[in-house]
Amino acid sequence: MSVIVFTVILLLGSYFAGLLGSLTGLGGGFVIIPLLTLVLHVDIHYAIGASLVSVIATSSGSAAAYVKEGFTNIRLGMFLEIATTAGALVGAMLAIYFPVQLIAILFGIVLISSAIMSLWKKAEHITTEKTFLARKLKLGGTYPVNDEMMEYGVSNIAGGFFMMIFAGIISGLLGIGSGALKVVAMDGVMRIPFKVSTTTSNFMIGVTAAASAVVYLQRGYIHPGIAMPVVLGVLAGALSGSRILVNSTSSVWLRRIFAIVVSIIAIQMIYNGITGKI
Amino acid sequence: MELPGKYKDADMKLVISWILRGGIFLSMAIVFIGGAIFIYRHGHSITDYRVFKGVPYFIHDTGGIIQGVFNIKGQAIIQLGIILLIATPIIRVVFSAIGFLLEKDYLYTFITLLVLLIIVGSMLSGNLG
Repeated sequence: MSVIVFTVILLLGSYFAGLLGSLTGLGGGFVIIPLLTLVLHVDIHYAIGASLVSVIATSSGSAAAYVKEGFTNIRLGMFLEIATTAGALVGAMLAIYFPVQLIAILFGIVLISSAIMSLWKKAEHITTEKTFLARKLKLGGTYPVNDEMMEYGVSNIAGGFFMMIFAGIISGLLGIGSGALKVVAMDGVMRIPFKVSTTTSNFMIGVTAAASAVVYLQRGYIHPGIAMPVVLGVLAGALSGSRILVNSTSSVWLRRIFAIVVSIIAIQMIYNGITGKI
Repeated sequence: MELPGKYKDADMKLVISWILRGGIFLSMAIVFIGGAIFIYRHGHSITDYRVFKGVPYFIHDTGGIIQGVFNIKGQAIIQLGIILLIATPIIRVVFSAIGFLLEKDYLYTFITLLVLLIIVGSMLSGNLG
């Protein structure tokens, strides 16, 4: 394949990946890695490197907007970034020793679970009670609800911190944002309002990905010929996605269709991993 | 910037938002320019990324990338943009540390520096391999 054909295919594919990732909230990496490995037969290490770079671009882009709107809890994000960056470092180290097949299988498993989790109807539990640790670490906060500032507390900090280490490892190992895991840790374990957990998770993804990207960069996993179309395409797609207002009924349908598509891709990744065709 | 102590979370949020936006805009512009040069020069070369071979030798290290940028090599310019993109969230962390220090929130200055330390450790660990 010539450079120009490869670049055009990848630009278009990445654009749709970014668009879908932004509309469904799953992120672009989920489509990029299978597109590169299954369709374009690119080595999975290059795919992980390119995906990681695109994750930094999209998460920083949306974080810039959310931070200004006042939903992001910067202290909570900063505190949990200790866990995610340490995890990302471990993940990037593990990636060197992990057999390629195992990475593909693990990717498929994380992909299916994230798709299922995105369909789950979660109940929001907001706590206003302030635990000792939360007071010490100044983790509670306020966020805007209909022009009023609502107060919220943070529970089970140790549990959330532990989950974040795991999210960091997955992010560093597979080159995805693992936003789904971060949100589970925050609204499931730490009982933080949805708006705050999604925006704070987004805020953390960029730094988490950067912590493993510095390792990948030095190991030659980030190839300019692949990363260039991926990052430009995904960012453009994510920008278009954020401009499309999706009403809630079609958003449910979109999520369902995407979950099915993603599961098929995931099974393909796992199959190729097991048969060694990756 | 205002006097220490007068500095508020809201100011930090504005600065962070500005850094993230600026970093992405600048890095994407550089990647785009590098990409255009790369395609113009090598558009008809044949790609092969089936087997992992690392990156071309001339962009192996920072020195090579800088030299490549001065020689207007497309791949070196793309790589410069990507390094800037990776640096963007890290610069955000540096400015958060300064912000917490100006707010006299020493606990969070420490937490932020710890995150920076992990990232630096990550950079150094890559060097060992």
